[in-house]
Amino acid sequence: MNVLYSLIAVLLLVLVGAVAGRGDTGRAFIAVAVPYAALAIFLAGFCYRILRWAWTPVPFRIPTTCGQQKSLPWIKASSVDNPSTGWGVLARMSLEVLAFRSLFRNNQARLHKDRLVFSENKYLWLGALAFHWSLLIILLRHLRLLVEPVPAFVLALQRADGFFQITTPDLYASDVILLGALAYLLFRRLRDPLVRYISLFTDYLALFLLLGIAVSGVLMRYFLRADITSVKQFALGLATFHPIAPPALSSVVLVHVLLVSALAAYFPFSKLMHWGGVLLSPTRNLANNNRSKRHVNPWNYPVKTHTYAEWEEEFHDKIKAAGIPLEAEDAGKTSAN
Amino acid sequence: MPEKLLQIEPRPPHGDWRDPKVDFHKGVFCYSALPKNLKYLGLPNPREWQPFDADWKLPPDWKRIILDGMKDRLKKYRSFRLFMEICVRCGACADKCHFFIGSSDPKNMPVLRAELIRSVYRRYFTLTGRIFGALAGGRELTEDVIKEWFYYFYQCTECRRCSVFCPYGIDTAEITMIGRELLNLVGCNINWVLEPVANCFRTGNHLGIQPHGFKDSIDFAAGELEEITGIHIEVPINRKGAEILFVMPSADYFGTPHYYTLLGYLMLFKEIGLDYTLSAFASEGGNFGLFSSHEMMKRLNAKVYDEAQRLGVKWILGGECGHMWRVLHQYMDTMNGPADFLEVPVSPVTKTIFQNARSTKMVHICEFTADLIHHGKLKLDPSRNDKLKVTFHDSCNTSRGMGLLEEPRYILKSVCNSFYEMPENTIREQTFCCGSGSGLGTDENLEMRLRGGFPRANAVKYVKEKHGVNLLTCICAIDKATLPALMDYWVGGVEIAGVHELLGNALLMTGGKERTTDLRGEPLVTEEAVHA
Repeated sequence: MNVLYSLIAVLLLVLVGAVAGRGDTGRAFIAVAVPYAALAIFLAGFCYRILRWAWTPVPFRIPTTCGQQKSLPWIKASSVDNPSTGWGVLARMSLEVLAFRSLFRNNQARLHKDRLVFSENKYLWLGALAFHWSLLIILLRHLRLLVEPVPAFVLALQRADGFFQITTPDLYASDVILLGALAYLLFRRLRDPLVRYISLFTDYLALFLLLGIAVSGVLMRYFLRADITSVKQFALGLATFHPIAPPALSSVVLVHVLLVSALAAYFPFSKLMHWGGVLLSPTRNLANNNRSKRHVNPWNYPVKTHTYAEWEEEFHDKIKAAGIPLEAEDAGKTSAN
Repeated sequence: MPEKLLQIEPRPPHGDWRDPKVDFHKGVFCYSALPKNLKYLGLPNPREWQPFDADWKLPPDWKRIILDGMKDRLKKYRSFRLFMEICVRCGACADKCHFFIGSSDPKNMPVLRAELIRSVYRRYFTLTGRIFGALAGGRELTEDVIKEWFYYFYQCTECRRCSVFCPYGIDTAEITMIGRELLNLVGCNINWVLEPVANCFRTGNHLGIQPHGFKDSIDFAAGELEEITGIHIEVPINRKGAEILFVMPSADYFGTPHYYTLLGYLMLFKEIGLDYTLSAFASEGGNFGLFSSHEMMKRLNAKVYDEAQRLGVKWILGGECGHMWRVLHQYMDTMNGPADFLEVPVSPVTKTIFQNARSTKMVHICEFTADLIHHGKLKLDPSRNDKLKVTFHDSCNTSRGMGLLEEPRYILKSVCNSFYEMPENTIREQTFCCGSGSGLGTDENLEMRLRGGFPRANAVKYVKEKHGVNLLTCICAIDKATLPALMDYWVGGVEIAGVHELLGNALLMTGGKERTTDLRGEPLVTEEAVHA
């Protein structure tokens, strides 16, 4: 049901975009009011969430250590998977963010008769990495619509991305990879009984929104061939805060814009915040130097303990009979031993 | 033992996980904490109750207490807030949990264990959850949810294996710890955790051993060592002015096979002439407070530094124990430090400065011993362990909460001739829990322990069949207590020993008589010339 509801929600958005775009008022609303509102919600919400995490204390230094600690000089320490310095943490976090290091460890444990067998399982890692990197490339490519003159690196990126020149206009490899990766991630969520079991409405919603954005983008570029001049006019207008909604803007562009706006506005309320959250994760971004550098808990408070004096008072006679030195009577002396 | 052989088989999940009903059947849960223990510790809602009762006698305002408790912890722990919010439910953690592998219960997937509490978080603490409820993944907090939390947060051993694989480092141990804290607020705790805690608070150790009993145990061990080695050994207790305070888990002097590890420590200390003392007050390095709440952990841990200061030692040495080292390594200095009355640890034999412990001033016995061996300060005869084919089980906490991987291996390879590793997905940072950690090692919970321990046992079985392994070594008191039953059930013919027991076997001591038996009093297989 979660799948169906989220699909319906996204299709409704598509319908709104397609229908409302037909009138001038609707077009102006979707092309101008909605994007600005979504951007404002995104920025405010994103910052709020990040700052709230950043301002929440990390009372204890609790890195998950995934390799040998730094201890004796002749034992080789695993300086990235179990970092003991800031540089090590930087390396660990870079690998985590850029290459999904932890996900790369993924394996599969399955029972074969009475034996637990482990096998490689890198598909999730590959799918996730392909999705995130192609999305980043596509976002950067969009700069050609938002900035004039177009920066050189964007043009270079565009050339590399369209290297194969299979279609007219050039087919971007990133478009194909993004669609393939999203389709795999959705397929995996639906097919794997365990992942389907844990999936919420919001998990499908994010996927369908992204798929809707990708499909509408591909449609407008390769198939419906949206009028690029009006798209650029519109995008530059948005970027320079002189918004216009040219009548030539086709429905598919408006659908694309509406879905992107919906995703942006939804972003701060969703699990998509993992983008910022991963950087703040205390099991990853702290050095395992616990015993060499004291970590301070800002809210550390005194607790009720059982002191030595209380202990000695309760067991005084037994301590004495056992010949263990007492604080009260034998102060300064060493034990009979 | 369960009446019929447990079936470990994957079963596809069914139903809707948001239904909180659980079945407390015999063998898969721990009994409630006795009221006397709660009263002694000053914990809320002491009463007679059991998990299988319909009425858990929660306080009237239990819901407000839980929600306030969550609110408070969301403000205090970034880990908790972050881990409530960033999971994408990718499922990479699912088959990483030993309890899930052994039970096929989908709520034992780390992601769902966390969702049990996340769903309540979303319903009461997020805008979308308050407005859209179930559609936004929210779930009402009901008494059944409390029972479900109790069932599943006491079916997690806080081993952190899932957090190794999580792309965001979400650590179920953090979530379980907070979950148990919340349950503690309304008096839902287990006796296997709180009785040791109450004992430890009063007598200094989990087993409730009083000072004279402590002395008797240590003296008995010294006497036994004299019989085995022919060397008279004095073990100082509460001696002021010693250089080093040695702290160990209480099972080492009161449990088997832990006891043979104690013999190993004492032989080592005698041979190198260490200026040390034990303490009958700090007679426990382990800390079941960790399995109850952060506050309780701090209350129990305080005695380590207090006693070191009272006795005027220079630094502290710690014995073989898993969760004890999680506390000592990741919490002690923050909670009860700074230990500015101690000195940076220096090995009196090799003069090695333990820079890695310069703030906490506490060194792991494996670091200490590995350094001695590396500098050639110990005479060892590994052939004394020749009847043993040895493998090593990394404890969850020393591997994933510390990274102590090579030190024990270096010792083992120096003291025995046949050492074999288990498969790589089951050791080091990927090690599987014994299934009984975090206070779940009680016999009423045996079925779940055997299920949770299955992946570990399976890996041991593999090296037993491949290499004839007959000894599983470890550096954790809970392992030593619970792995024997696990091995008997799933593997057979594999004994458990501490690393320092094997060291004791192999250690050539100055003086004394020819050794004819190992520390367990069993004959050494090969006759060795005594180099004494």
